[in-house]
Amino acid sequence: MIKLLNWFSAGRTSGKYTLPFVVILLSITVLASAANLLLPQDSALYVSTYSITLLGKYLCYAMLALAVDIIWGYCGILSLGHGAFFALGGYAMGMYLMRQIGDRGVYGNPLLPDFMVFLDWKELPWFWLGMDQFWFAMVMAVLVPGLLAFVFGWLAFRSRVTGVYLSIMTQALTYALLLAFFRNEMGFGGNNGLTDFKEILGFDLQADTTRVSLFLITAILLAVILMLSQRILSSRLGKVTLAVRDSEARTRFIGYRTECYKVWLFVYSAVIAGVAGALYVPQVGIINPGEFSPINSIEIVIWVAVGGRGTLIGAIIGALLVNYAKTRFTAIMPDGWLFALGALFVLVTLYLPKGLMGLYGQLTSKRLTKGEQEAAS
Amino acid sequence: MNAILTLCLLIGALLPFSVAHAATGEATVQSGSPMLLELTKTKLSKMPAVVEKLEAEGGDAYLPLFRTWLAGNLYYVKSNRSLVEKMGSGKQVTFQAMFSGDPMPDLKKKQVKKVKVNNKLRGKLRSVIARIQLTSEDSSVREAAVRELLAKLDKNVIGILEGLHVKEQNLDVKAMIATALSLYAASDKSNSQSVRLSAIEDLSDSLENDVRNGLTKLTNDSNKAVAAAADEALVSINQRVERYALVDQLFFGLSLGSVLLLASIGLAITFGVMGVINMAHGEMIMLGAYTTYVVQLMMPNHIDYSIWVAIPAAFLVSGLMGVLIERLVICRLHGRPLETLLATFGISLILQQLVRTIFSPLNRQVSTPTWMSGSLEINPVLSLTLNRLYILAFALLVFMALVLLLKKSSLGLNVRAVSQNRNMAKAMGVKTEWVDAMTFGLGSGIAGIAGVALSQLTNVGPNLGQSYIIDSFMVVVFGGVGNLMGTLVAAFTLGIANKFLEPTTGAVLAAILVLVFIILFIQKRPKGLFPQKGRAAE
Repeated sequence: MIKLLNWFSAGRTSGKYTLPFVVILLSITVLASAANLLLPQDSALYVSTYSITLLGKYLCYAMLALAVDIIWGYCGILSLGHGAFFALGGYAMGMYLMRQIGDRGVYGNPLLPDFMVFLDWKELPWFWLGMDQFWFAMVMAVLVPGLLAFVFGWLAFRSRVTGVYLSIMTQALTYALLLAFFRNEMGFGGNNGLTDFKEILGFDLQADTTRVSLFLITAILLAVILMLSQRILSSRLGKVTLAVRDSEARTRFIGYRTECYKVWLFVYSAVIAGVAGALYVPQVGIINPGEFSPINSIEIVIWVAVGGRGTLIGAIIGALLVNYAKTRFTAIMPDGWLFALGALFVLVTLYLPKGLMGLYGQLTSKRLTKGEQEAAS
Repeated sequence: MNAILTLCLLIGALLPFSVAHAATGEATVQSGSPMLLELTKTKLSKMPAVVEKLEAEGGDAYLPLFRTWLAGNLYYVKSNRSLVEKMGSGKQVTFQAMFSGDPMPDLKKKQVKKVKVNNKLRGKLRSVIARIQLTSEDSSVREAAVRELLAKLDKNVIGILEGLHVKEQNLDVKAMIATALSLYAASDKSNSQSVRLSAIEDLSDSLENDVRNGLTKLTNDSNKAVAAAADEALVSINQRVERYALVDQLFFGLSLGSVLLLASIGLAITFGVMGVINMAHGEMIMLGAYTTYVVQLMMPNHIDYSIWVAIPAAFLVSGLMGVLIERLVICRLHGRPLETLLATFGISLILQQLVRTIFSPLNRQVSTPTWMSGSLEINPVLSLTLNRLYILAFALLVFMALVLLLKKSSLGLNVRAVSQNRNMAKAMGVKTEWVDAMTFGLGSGIAGIAGVALSQLTNVGPNLGQSYIIDSFMVVVFGGVGNLMGTLVAAFTLGIANKFLEPTTGAVLAAILVLVFIILFIQKRPKGLFPQKGRAAE
């Protein structure tokens, strides 16, 4: 019982680490950016643009992990389909970037992206209209995932679909979208997706400055979202969501409309995933239906599990660590990565149910109890 | 029980078909016959006589020769005057010996000369080929020969056919010849209107493609009455064709349903009884498929029987792997379904990568036993592929066996007890841990068997399982967890729905629509089609 209490309190008190974490995160980003822009290439401390892009990618993943942690760690909803919201946000950004190419494509059509010319389409489909405006595309990057999450969540939570059922439904959702986006007729570039981007808001996407700016923006947004989420989750609303996680039926009997809280949190989480996707695409330079594949979504969950669910910082750390490991691993021994990832799934669930943050909490609490014992003697 | 009997009968009825496929006789021909030398010497104008002599000499043994000749691919080597067949076209021309079929890679174009053929000779060849085939001893060859002729009826052929019609004993062949005669009579403008009309009426119950083509031509006939009659006949034929197309679709739906059923009943057991989501279920299917592959590698000379070895082997391999997973991982995560889901997903990744490392990421081809290949032709527009038919029967058989096992055996009793109330079962002395392990092994073993069946339909690759896992979850959820009957109904419903949507929407969109439908359905009835009732429900 005491163990259980400890665990819950660990989830709540982690708020005190948020500010230091944000400071560390931002200072590292600023230092890395400065090292890229200001130092000469042959300097020992120079950070290559490739590394900057890679770090930016990791930060996007971290944001995505944050989104999953918010609903899984704090509300007990295990979504195996968050990759779908991420990819939708990414597609919105991709469409904007696609329109920015203008007549510099292979076919030189000022209005239609290359793949549409290739498919012999005569005019832009209705859902591409307005996507040449940055603000509109960004609104869509937030609105579309949010709306999908709202409809899905409203239907699912209202009819009290919970647990593994819900997980499987979310997986089916992203799988259905995967199949849909693979179709050429959908008008999203089929299985090639959207790529060959040239510039964003008039800035060349290949330029170092653009890349560093994108990296900085990602870091700042991550910090903002982290603090905002921390605030939300420690507010009254956050307390109710925790109650829903621990005993939904009891919370409902007390008089809360649990489904409203769940839908709200689900939409919030999906929007964060959408933002992460929108930031991801200009840095990586491509978005294709592969992002919808169920395995991607389930990988996000393992980032969170490794870091420790129910601790926002843990999700971020988990995403960064696992992805760094993935990059290293696939470079050294490509075949080994899936073994490692699989083993990670098994070992973390078996031996590290609270993730790295939980491990840290255990270690510190042990030291504390030891100290207390010594003081008592 | 009745259903099992019916199944046995069905399988028994199907087995004889396997014999027919094996019987393709090889006739040996003396490639050094003096008549064949004549081919390379005789003038074109005297060739018809040579053809007739050849027919008298060799009969159906010369059939390939005549066919090659008709197609203009018959050549002879200038140096030794032996006959060769030209293969391929354009720049990639190769030659092979006419009768033995031995490839002759060294032969150049310059070294050979074509055996000439003109229109007159072509007509001659055609009628000779027709005559040889029509007098074959095998009635199915005769029928096929007549069917082939439907598209190119002329006076010569009709003459032969009229003679044969009187002699023919086999009713099917006789009917086919009658169809051919009617088709010619209907299109022959020299016939009187009444003869043509009655011929068209005779044709109106034929489903042959060429008959339909012939009738379509007749709808533009100058004779108004004939055109109208042809139109009417065509309408009635098309109605029947559509009906058969529907049956065909239904069959494909049932076939998909049987695959889904096989893939998902193992899951229905583990999920329904233990409440465990086994994401590695697809990999159990994959293991079964690879077991089939390995078994075939080990007994390359007995492919026909390999499947009987593969089924128990796959059950054992996947079942043991299942027990291993249960003992090592799942039993430690008891009561934490979401964690179990993640852990088994990890296992699925490891298994996939393991197979990729051992067998390479490329797809492996599993050969189909001869008795399973081919198709059961019901009529010209409807033929059911045998392997799908067998798999359908097999799926139902496995299902019955499983239901019997759960209903009649002591293991089944224990399993049902644990699924209804774990604590109470434990209190009564049921070793729940052992039951869990056995249940998981059983579910996984059945997945392995599903893999054997799937290996006959698709390529065997490391991703085989993944492509079925979501579908099988949908089936289980749709049917209602812990309910095998629900799984059966759900599998066939989804299979048929998918195949009936496909023609109008395309395969991918059909799959999406079905997924969306299930997502919506679960909102309405979260416990599936057949929810568990009573205390066991919660």
